[in-house]
Amino acid sequence: MSNKSILGMTIFVASETVFFTVLILAFVFYRDSLANKGLPNNFNSLDIGVTAIFSVCLYVSSLTNWLAGRSHRRGDIKMWRSWLVLTILLGAAFIYGEATEYHHLVSVDKLVPNTNLFGTSFYILTGFHGFHVTMGLIVLTILLVLTFTSTNTFKGGARAGAVEAISIYWHFVDAVWVVIFPTVYLWSLAGPSWAATGH
Amino acid sequence: MSVTPTTRPEKAPLVPDLREPLPWLYKDDGLISWIGSTDHKQIGIMYILTTLVFFLMGGLEALIMRLQLGAPDNHVVSPQAYDQLFTMHGTTMIFLVIMPLLIGFALYFVPLMIGANDIAYPRFNALGYWVFLFGGLLLYASFIGGGAPDAGWFAYAPLSSNVKFTSNLGMSYWGVGLLTTGIGTLGAAVNLLVTILTMRAPGLTMRRVPLFVWMVFINSILLLVAIPALNATIAMVLFDRLLHAHFFDAAAGGQPLLYQHAFWSFGHPEVYIMIFPAWGMISEIIPVFTRRPIFGYAAIAAASVAIVFLSSVVWGHHMFTAGMGHPLDVVFTISSMLIAVPTGIKVFNWTATTWGGTIQFTTPMLFSLAFLVQFTIGGLTGVMFAAFPVDWQMEDSYFVVAHFHYVLFGGTAFALWAGTYYWFPKITGKMLSEKIGRWHFWLAVVGFNLTFMVQHILGFMGMPRRIETYPDLPYWHLLNLISTVGSFVLGIAVLVFVWNIWTSLRNGEPAGNNPWKAWTLEWATTSPPGVHNFEQVPPVHGRRPLWDLSHPDNQDWQHGQGGKGI
Repeated sequence: MSNKSILGMTIFVASETVFFTVLILAFVFYRDSLANKGLPNNFNSLDIGVTAIFSVCLYVSSLTNWLAGRSHRRGDIKMWRSWLVLTILLGAAFIYGEATEYHHLVSVDKLVPNTNLFGTSFYILTGFHGFHVTMGLIVLTILLVLTFTSTNTFKGGARAGAVEAISIYWHFVDAVWVVIFPTVYLWSLAGPSWAATGH
Repeated sequence: MSVTPTTRPEKAPLVPDLREPLPWLYKDDGLISWIGSTDHKQIGIMYILTTLVFFLMGGLEALIMRLQLGAPDNHVVSPQAYDQLFTMHGTTMIFLVIMPLLIGFALYFVPLMIGANDIAYPRFNALGYWVFLFGGLLLYASFIGGGAPDAGWFAYAPLSSNVKFTSNLGMSYWGVGLLTTGIGTLGAAVNLLVTILTMRAPGLTMRRVPLFVWMVFINSILLLVAIPALNATIAMVLFDRLLHAHFFDAAAGGQPLLYQHAFWSFGHPEVYIMIFPAWGMISEIIPVFTRRPIFGYAAIAAASVAIVFLSSVVWGHHMFTAGMGHPLDVVFTISSMLIAVPTGIKVFNWTATTWGGTIQFTTPMLFSLAFLVQFTIGGLTGVMFAAFPVDWQMEDSYFVVAHFHYVLFGGTAFALWAGTYYWFPKITGKMLSEKIGRWHFWLAVVGFNLTFMVQHILGFMGMPRRIETYPDLPYWHLLNLISTVGSFVLGIAVLVFVWNIWTSLRNGEPAGNNPWKAWTLEWATTSPPGVHNFEQVPPVHGRRPLWDLSHPDNQDWQHGQGGKGI
């Protein structure tokens, strides 16, 4: 049974990769568009420093999630629970960060999907990623509740496959952000091409 | 034929032991035994029946279109209604008939063919079906929710993405409906892939599984690559439509060409998604009715893998007229022509299988032979379109319509009919009537070729697709009338088919376990199979376990045939 859970989740996230690839390519296609000039865009509206902090939260949550799985396999339910709580908190911190970022962009920069190509491609990409993180948080929370209500089910590292499958999903949403953060945020440090060519 | 008991290692990957019996139609005939079911056979049947209903709807839409086109300057339906009809016809046939029907057959037969007692995730499987059903209903709800989608099944932006360019809310229904069915399809693909990889009977290696299983395996991979691209594309369209974003809005710097690339990077693999399981059915049926093992098992499997890779790099041949530039045109022409090679290998293999065989002209075999001819014609016109100068001339004419109907109707639909006649006895325990089957077959062949053969000529004459009427040019009326008459003959063939199912379910001959004397594992169990598919799975030493069982002195593996056991 354990193999089937892990295999199914691996196949599923491989498929999800295609979904995000299309959205990332769309963002890259429009990131330097002249139509964004003079409007809020990736070069003048993103707070890279703050986002970097919340990104680190998400990256670290992958580590804590791995530690959670290790504790579960060792049969240490208490440690497992603690690492799970920490993972959920770190994931929630990321979502909080994304929410404040959106709030700032909408209320201060007046950036909505309708504003320009940046708003369009930025919100769809980070939005779908945030949606996936939220789904992951819900699943992790269910797992956390189960550690209290069905402790026996997980005794001695039982159901390692199911636990591992959830973990794979969480690593996946983390890995997607490993691509998104440099593509959307760090790459913007290079500045727009229209600045160089003097348009 | 007796099935000898086999000893099985303790932890054989065969049976996911059920703690309680699953809801099952023969236990309780109430509706709840279907709605609550997680049995892969019942869910397969529900897929098949649902698609049959959608097939009748899509067919009705086609007949109304043919009625409109039966005479020049006709006024059966308004131009707006005609747009809705061809959009719904295409969308229905692709997303609500062919794909889910092939999935339905796969969900029913893959576990049986690999000697498993259930599918990998039974509950997830049920979820997939219900998500698919409601996605389809959502699409059809557009008719009462303000008008059906009307931008064509491939919904080119900005026509589809800008609300100002469409007359109603239909394209939003299209987007949400297809997203929903797409999620259901992905679930089925994951399920089938894991089932094939982890639940095969001992001895049934990937070099021995029936070719139908191979094709479903490959098809699932292709679904997992293609459907997410469609989902992302639809998400962008919905973003544009509902939030007035600018992905495909040229006035705000957006690129409609991005839509075409994103859509066809799904759309061309999709073409193969709609044919792979049909190829698998043909590969099962032709050997049985020629009484010979399939010729070139490994070649067929390998050619299919080649097609998976090639089909992901040919999408540009749908865009020759979009102005991609000469270098890209050349690249896509070459890659598209290359794909004819593995496809040709398959056709040669099926033909070679019949060589020297004792051909039994049963209804499934007749449909398979018609498939071979018609699919080859559709394939050849496909090679013509791969050459971009030809494409420039013929694009968006009735020649395209004729081409893909030869592949999808003359090919896939005929294979599906072959598969239905072949496996109906296993699913229901009753034979479909051969006599009515002959009527069905000949009406279908005549009706199909009447309808679509003349459309090649109309395309050459320059008749554009998707235009609701035409002027009275020389021969246009005659050729269109032939096509319309043909389509109604085809409609009668479908009614005969439905009548055959109806009457055979009530009065059909009892089938027995293995009416065709076939060799694959699904025929080793009862018809219909019980809740647990198998009491005992016969030992597997090759590709034809039931042949080996009935010919103990002449088993395939004794001649070095039948595939390696590792």
